[in-house]
Amino acid sequence: MAREIKSELGSVCEVKLPIGETLAIKRNRILPVDTAQGKRKRIGIVTGIHGDELEGQYVCYEVLRRIREQPECLTGIVDVYPAMNPMGIDSMTRGIPGFDLDMNRIFPGSGDGAMTEYVAHKIIEELSGADLIVDIHASNIYLTEIPQIRINELHSDVLVPLACHMNVDFVWVHASSTVLESTLAYSLNSTGTPTLVVEAGVGMRITKAYGAQLADGLMNTMRTLGIWQGAAYPAREPIVDARADGVVFFNAPKAGIFVPEAKHWTTLERGDVVGRIVNPLTGDVLAEITTPERGILFTIREYPVVDEGSLVGRLLKR
Amino acid sequence: MKKNIIYELNALYREPMQVVGYEFGAGEKSVCVVGSMRGNEVQQMFACSRLIERLKQLEARQEIAAGKSILVIPCVNSYSMNIGKRFWSTDNTDINRMFPGYDMGETTQRIAAGVFAVIKEYGIGIQFASNYMSGRFLPHIRMMQTGFEDIETAKKFAFPYVVTRNTRPFDTTTLNYNWQIWETRAFSVYTTDTEEIDRQSASDAVKAIERLLNEEGIVHSTVNGGYHYQSQVLCDDNLLSVRCREAGIYENRAFVGEEVTKGQLLAVITDPYEGGVLEELRAPADGTVFFQHKAPLIYADTAAVKLVYLSAGS
Ligand SMILES: [Zn+2]
Repeated sequence: MAREIKSELGSVCEVKLPIGETLAIKRNRILPVDTAQGKRKRIGIVTGIHGDELEGQYVCYEVLRRIREQPECLTGIVDVYPAMNPMGIDSMTRGIPGFDLDMNRIFPGSGDGAMTEYVAHKIIEELSGADLIVDIHASNIYLTEIPQIRINELHSDVLVPLACHMNVDFVWVHASSTVLESTLAYSLNSTGTPTLVVEAGVGMRITKAYGAQLADGLMNTMRTLGIWQGAAYPAREPIVDARADGVVFFNAPKAGIFVPEAKHWTTLERGDVVGRIVNPLTGDVLAEITTPERGILFTIREYPVVDEGSLVGRLLKR
Repeated sequence: MKKNIIYELNALYREPMQVVGYEFGAGEKSVCVVGSMRGNEVQQMFACSRLIERLKQLEARQEIAAGKSILVIPCVNSYSMNIGKRFWSTDNTDINRMFPGYDMGETTQRIAAGVFAVIKEYGIGIQFASNYMSGRFLPHIRMMQTGFEDIETAKKFAFPYVVTRNTRPFDTTTLNYNWQIWETRAFSVYTTDTEEIDRQSASDAVKAIERLLNEEGIVHSTVNGGYHYQSQVLCDDNLLSVRCREAGIYENRAFVGEEVTKGQLLAVITDPYEGGVLEELRAPADGTVFFQHKAPLIYADTAAVKLVYLSAGS
């Protein structure tokens, strides 16, 4: 067993910015210092593709803290990529600043496209071949999500068993759609690098409890993969849902201010109130959103202003 | 002319957003023209306003064919235009990435669904579009390759170029793609600018549409001026990207539409502090400047110029 670890700081790619700066997507590779032969297992922890999703920042820190506390337990390679969209994180921008582009819609990229496509291409090159990639998202600034893993049905055979070690509450196997083919996860999964997409918490915030939960899950998963020899963390058994109609979406029927009533990740009975849309100018209740059937509220709106159609919650039918 | 509300969205503190359509003639739903969908597409809306002016004249002169109707929607996203945002005012989503839409879904899905329900019935669909990349283009008609793209009709605009492009996953939610899937002959019209008004290129585009309407027997009018090209049909392979290695201050040294020879200087990148030349972008082959970067600053690894490059035999 290794006694020491080393940390190799590097970058996925570098692009010159116009004025006195180079953009680098940074990586920290942690691995044991020893001369053991054979190929080591490798996990990549990726976050910050959306610059306004910050829950993964704490997860990266927490995983590194645990590894540094028990370096003798590390037997594989852990690559941490906390900021795939560094300019977005720096400027509170969801997409790639200057391009107004969702970075998770440009994969697999290309070696001779725009700068953004080149970056996407380099990211795929970098991550391909890992034993597992975990891409941590935090919903957006509008919605809070219970820690969950979302899996495209096309890749569920490989990914559901892996997801069950991740200590999330919920694994959502959803239908495939063409537009999702331009995500990082799809590109990697369809070329043989298993990639789990985690959604947890809310944009622009850190929910410490969720971060710790995911860090537990990552340590467990690393243990299963043979990357970590530390003690097992108790992992919860997730609800795995693959029904085509397993989820009820609540969209605001009226524009207004959404005031939540139900508590997140609680079981609601048919007819329970999820929340109300009110008009602060008149004092009217414009709409009351109730559940059509029994289920668990796994998404709830955080940002109060809603348009007609804005998502205010999701219910997992039980 | 009839002015119809195609879709209406209510808001808490703003006036309802109305998507307005102008209908000319009556009968078979022949042609639908859509203008701006993003908040910065001023030129696209402007071109539609010129087209509406022209169609009013044609209708007054009874030059619209009997039994044919034409619908023009100058703006689908007035909310974003009014606040100077490119994408949807609250959640920053792009209506042109929401087609065919979903009437029970999120806000921009509902707008897309509401508009698409009306416009998918038309035989020909024309969108004044803008590119994700900001820069100057030679005017062209663009189509995605879906198997339904209609190049022969596209040539009837008599624009200099017709460009077909491979469909990529994120294209499947655009208006052009979905029109084609619903068996509308769909064309995206790119004029030179987006955020600035270019009267000449708007006028050329309006005349090109009028020329197509004549060719299709939807109007019977005389088109004076405008384009009279035998359109050159291009695909991705005919566009040669000239990429920069350096970043800095960017200045073009050729103009859009210029015929350049191999080795000719196209643009220079200079040091933002000291002024020295960091990189010269030169034409890798003989060709015509089809696209050029416009902003004064540039990132490294950017396709700054695209040339129309015709290989031997074409
Ligand atoms: Zn995200």
